[in-house]
Amino acid sequence: MAQAVAASAHDAHDPHATNTGVSNFKLGFWVFLASECLFFGTLISTYMVYKGSALEGPYPAELFDIIKTTISTTVLLFSSLAMVLALHYVHEARKNLAILWLFAVIAMGGTFLVMEYFSYIKYIGYGLTIGSSTFGSSYFVLTGTHKAHVAVGMIWMAILAWRLHKGKIPPSKSDQVEVAGLYWHFVDIIWIVIFTLVYLIP
Amino acid sequence: MSQTTPVTGSGSDAAGHAEKQGSVALYIWIGAILAVLTFVEVAVYLIDAFEAVEVPILIILSTVKLFLVVMYFMHLKMDHRALTWLFLSGVVLAVFMVSALVVLYHVLPRFA
Repeated sequence: MAQAVAASAHDAHDPHATNTGVSNFKLGFWVFLASECLFFGTLISTYMVYKGSALEGPYPAELFDIIKTTISTTVLLFSSLAMVLALHYVHEARKNLAILWLFAVIAMGGTFLVMEYFSYIKYIGYGLTIGSSTFGSSYFVLTGTHKAHVAVGMIWMAILAWRLHKGKIPPSKSDQVEVAGLYWHFVDIIWIVIFTLVYLIP
Repeated sequence: MSQTTPVTGSGSDAAGHAEKQGSVALYIWIGAILAVLTFVEVAVYLIDAFEAVEVPILIILSTVKLFLVVMYFMHLKMDHRALTWLFLSGVVLAVFMVSALVVLYHVLPRFA
């Protein structure tokens, strides 16, 4: 009887309770990330299938600046560190530090995008466009989709920072920041794979 | 029961996570390891002596980096085991798809 009352009271206060202790929001987002693996898998597959098959240049070896790409990759890796620190401080209810680290994520994501934008300008200057060859098509679609994900993540972080500033995300609702963090880290690991398969492996 | 008392769901998830999360020092260590592994990758790419073993080394290093981000930054190491299997299912299918197509288009034609 007491258990039934407790369960009833619980249902009234927490409509998203689960028997695993994992919120539906977070569980659903992990399902989304698993599907995103397949989405990027198809784009990476397309790039790999067409790799080395372009009949006209410019070719990857003539274009890629590994040192610059390494710097932008490192910036993106450190943005993941900033994201996990933001979540850490949300859990500790240190709002200002959490907002600071979210701004660091936005700044590093922006730096990554600006560096990649200048790379695109350089490639286009050399004659590589989305329609110039199979390499150009598969390269720009793959990396462009990734950059779109980074841009969406930056907007999401800005919204979170604003909501934190307004006091709308208490530690009990930290899964809002955690899920945004999962998205950002996923974008990071996709770049880890792209960096190796597209830029480093000949 | 007070309205703010976490039982299960998002409330308990946050409280549980606060206990399970790593320390700032751990996160900084993981970030430093990721940066070092990236520089090692580039060194393997740039140094000609590694040419014969370049591809397997690069794949192993990027797999280690991916594993570190997923386990520590995404907290799968400390989270519910079901989430690991869920995410792994997507990763395994994606890796299988990429590998199958690379074999089909780049490896098998060499033996044709």
